[in-house]
Amino acid sequence: MSIQTADNVKRNDQPARSVFQVEAIIKRNSPINKEYHLLNVDAPQSILRCKPGQFFHILCPARAAHQPYLRRPMSIFGYSLEKGELQFLYKVTGNGTRALTYLKKNDVVNLLGPLGIPFTIKPNWVNLLILARGVGLATLAPLAQEANRLERNLITICSARNSDVLMSDNHFRKLGAEVITVTDTEGTSKMENVRHIIEDRICGDGIDAMYTCGSNRMLQLLQGIGTKYAIPGQVALEQQMACGLGMCQCCVRSFYCGKKIVQKRVCRDGPVFGLQEAMAW
Amino acid sequence: MVNLRTRIGDLILKNPIMPASGTFSEELADVIDIGQLGAHVTKTITEEKREGNPTPRICEVNGSILNSIGIPSKGVEHFIKHTIPFYNQYDVPLVTSISAHTSDDFARLCNKVTVPGVAAIEVNISCPNIDDDGKAFAMRPSATKTVVQKVRSSSDLPLWVKLSPNTGETVEVALVAEDAGADALVVSNTMLAMSIDITSRKPRLGNLMGGLSGPSLKPIALRMAYQCAKSVRIPVIGCGGISTVYDVIEYLIAGVKAVQIGTATFVHPSTMINILSDLEDYLREQNIRNLNDIIGTVQDANTIDAVVFMETAP
Repeated sequence: MSIQTADNVKRNDQPARSVFQVEAIIKRNSPINKEYHLLNVDAPQSILRCKPGQFFHILCPARAAHQPYLRRPMSIFGYSLEKGELQFLYKVTGNGTRALTYLKKNDVVNLLGPLGIPFTIKPNWVNLLILARGVGLATLAPLAQEANRLERNLITICSARNSDVLMSDNHFRKLGAEVITVTDTEGTSKMENVRHIIEDRICGDGIDAMYTCGSNRMLQLLQGIGTKYAIPGQVALEQQMACGLGMCQCCVRSFYCGKKIVQKRVCRDGPVFGLQEAMAW
Repeated sequence: MVNLRTRIGDLILKNPIMPASGTFSEELADVIDIGQLGAHVTKTITEEKREGNPTPRICEVNGSILNSIGIPSKGVEHFIKHTIPFYNQYDVPLVTSISAHTSDDFARLCNKVTVPGVAAIEVNISCPNIDDDGKAFAMRPSATKTVVQKVRSSSDLPLWVKLSPNTGETVEVALVAEDAGADALVVSNTMLAMSIDITSRKPRLGNLMGGLSGPSLKPIALRMAYQCAKSVRIPVIGCGGISTVYDVIEYLIAGVKAVQIGTATFVHPSTMINILSDLEDYLREQNIRNLNDIIGTVQDANTIDAVVFMETAP
C-alpha cells in the first residue's frame, strides 16, 4: 500500500482510503449443502469495520479449466471483529465461483473491500421484517446480526424450493430472530400466503421496516405492502460488476427518482437501495 | 535515484504512469494514493448529460474483457463544478477526455473545458462521426484531420489525440493528427470485438459488440504505438493491455514517452502504484538512471522501412 507524502499533495483534505486489498488466509471453504459453499477467512481488522449489506470483490484464482479474469462481488454472510473472521456464502454458478471452490484451508484469497452502501436500521425502527429466498438470505444474515446487537425485534421469512436447501433458518434463529419458513414443496411460498403472513404481523405488533434481497416477486410484494401501509424498507440488488468501485459504469440498473427513471451503479450507489426506488426486473 | 520524469510536449510529468480514460475516477482514491500518478486522465465526457448503453456492458473473454459502456456522462457543467475541483486537490496534471458526434460539437466542448485546472485535453475520436457515415473519426485520415483542426482552433491547451485500432491506416491517421496540431498521440483505444453465449445464443453484450481490452489487446496496441512513434515527431503515449512493469518496458522500448493503464486496474486497483515502484526497481537494477535512456531503444536498425510499416501479414 502506498504512503502519502507531503510533496505530492496541495492540501490535506484528500479522501481517506477506506477500501483495502488484502490477502486473507482461508479457515474453511466447503459445501454446506448441494448448492452452497461457505467460505470463512481469517481477516485483518482493517476490512472488518464492515457493515451489513456491504460486499467484497473476490479474486477467484484461475485454474486450467476455469479462468475468471475479473473479480467476483460477494455479499458478506457474517463478520466478527472479535474473532477476526469474515464469511461468505456462495452458490456455484459459473467460472468464478467454481474456481473459488478449489481453494483450501490455509490457502490465500485476495479480497477487495468493504464496498458499497450498507443497510440502515433507523433508531425508531423497532419491529423489523426480513423476507428473502435462496442466496438472498446470505446477504441479509449480517442485518439480523446487527438487529440483534441493537436489540430490535426481527421476524425473518425464509423461502426456498424445499427444506433441503433452506440452510439459513437455523442461522437466523441463532441470531435471535423469529423464523417462519415457507417452501415450494409445501406450497407455502406463494406470494398470497407470504402477504397474508406479513399483513397478520402488521395488524398485530406492527412492522416498522422491511428488508429483502434476491427475488423480483418478493420485491414487488414488499413494494405493494410498503405503499399500502406506509412502511419503509430497503432492498439489496445484484448486477454483474467489473471494478466494483464505481469507476467502470458496468453495473448500472434503472431506478425511480421521483417521476424520472435514472441509472445508478449497484456497486457504488448501492447495493442497498430504498424499497420504492428499485425497479422490478 | 532514478529519474522517471517524462515530457509530453509542454507538460512535464513526474513519471510515465497514468490511467486510461474510462477506467479511472475519483473512487480509486478510496484504495490508492492517486497523488503518486504521472497524470490523471478522466472518463470521457460529452457536452450534455448522457446515459450509456444497455446491460450487460462488460463481459469476460479469455483473460481480457469486452466493454460497451457507451460513455455515460454527467455533462460538462457537472465536470467543471465537481470533477475539476476534486482532482485539483492533487499536484498532478489533469487530462480531460472529451467526445462528440460532430467536429463542431468537439470544438465547442473542447473550448468549454479549456479552463484553469485542466492541463491537457484528450480527444477521444473513436466515437461515431454523424456528419459522415457514422464511422469513427479515428478510422480515416480525412475525418481525423477535420476534427483535430477544429479542436486545435478552439483551445490553447495541449491536445492528446487518442487513436483507434479499428483502422487500416494507422500511420496515415497519426500523421494527419500531428499535422493538424495534436501535441501527443494516445495509442490506442479498444478494438471492436464480439462474444456470443453458445447456450442462449445471445451476444454477451447488450450493445452486441464492444471494445476488447486487457492483455490480449497488447500486441496490437504495441504494434500501433511502434508505428506511430516511428512516424511522428510528437510524443506517443502507449495504451493497451498493460498489466505488469514488463509491459511498460516493452512499450517504452517501442518508443512511447508514457503509458496509460486501464483494464488491469479493474482486477487490481493498485496496479498503477505497483507498476510505478516496479519500474523504478527495474531501471535501477538495469543501471538505467534516466527513463529517457530506454525510450525508443528497439533494435530494428537492420529492418527495412517497408517491413516496419507493413500493415498486412506476413
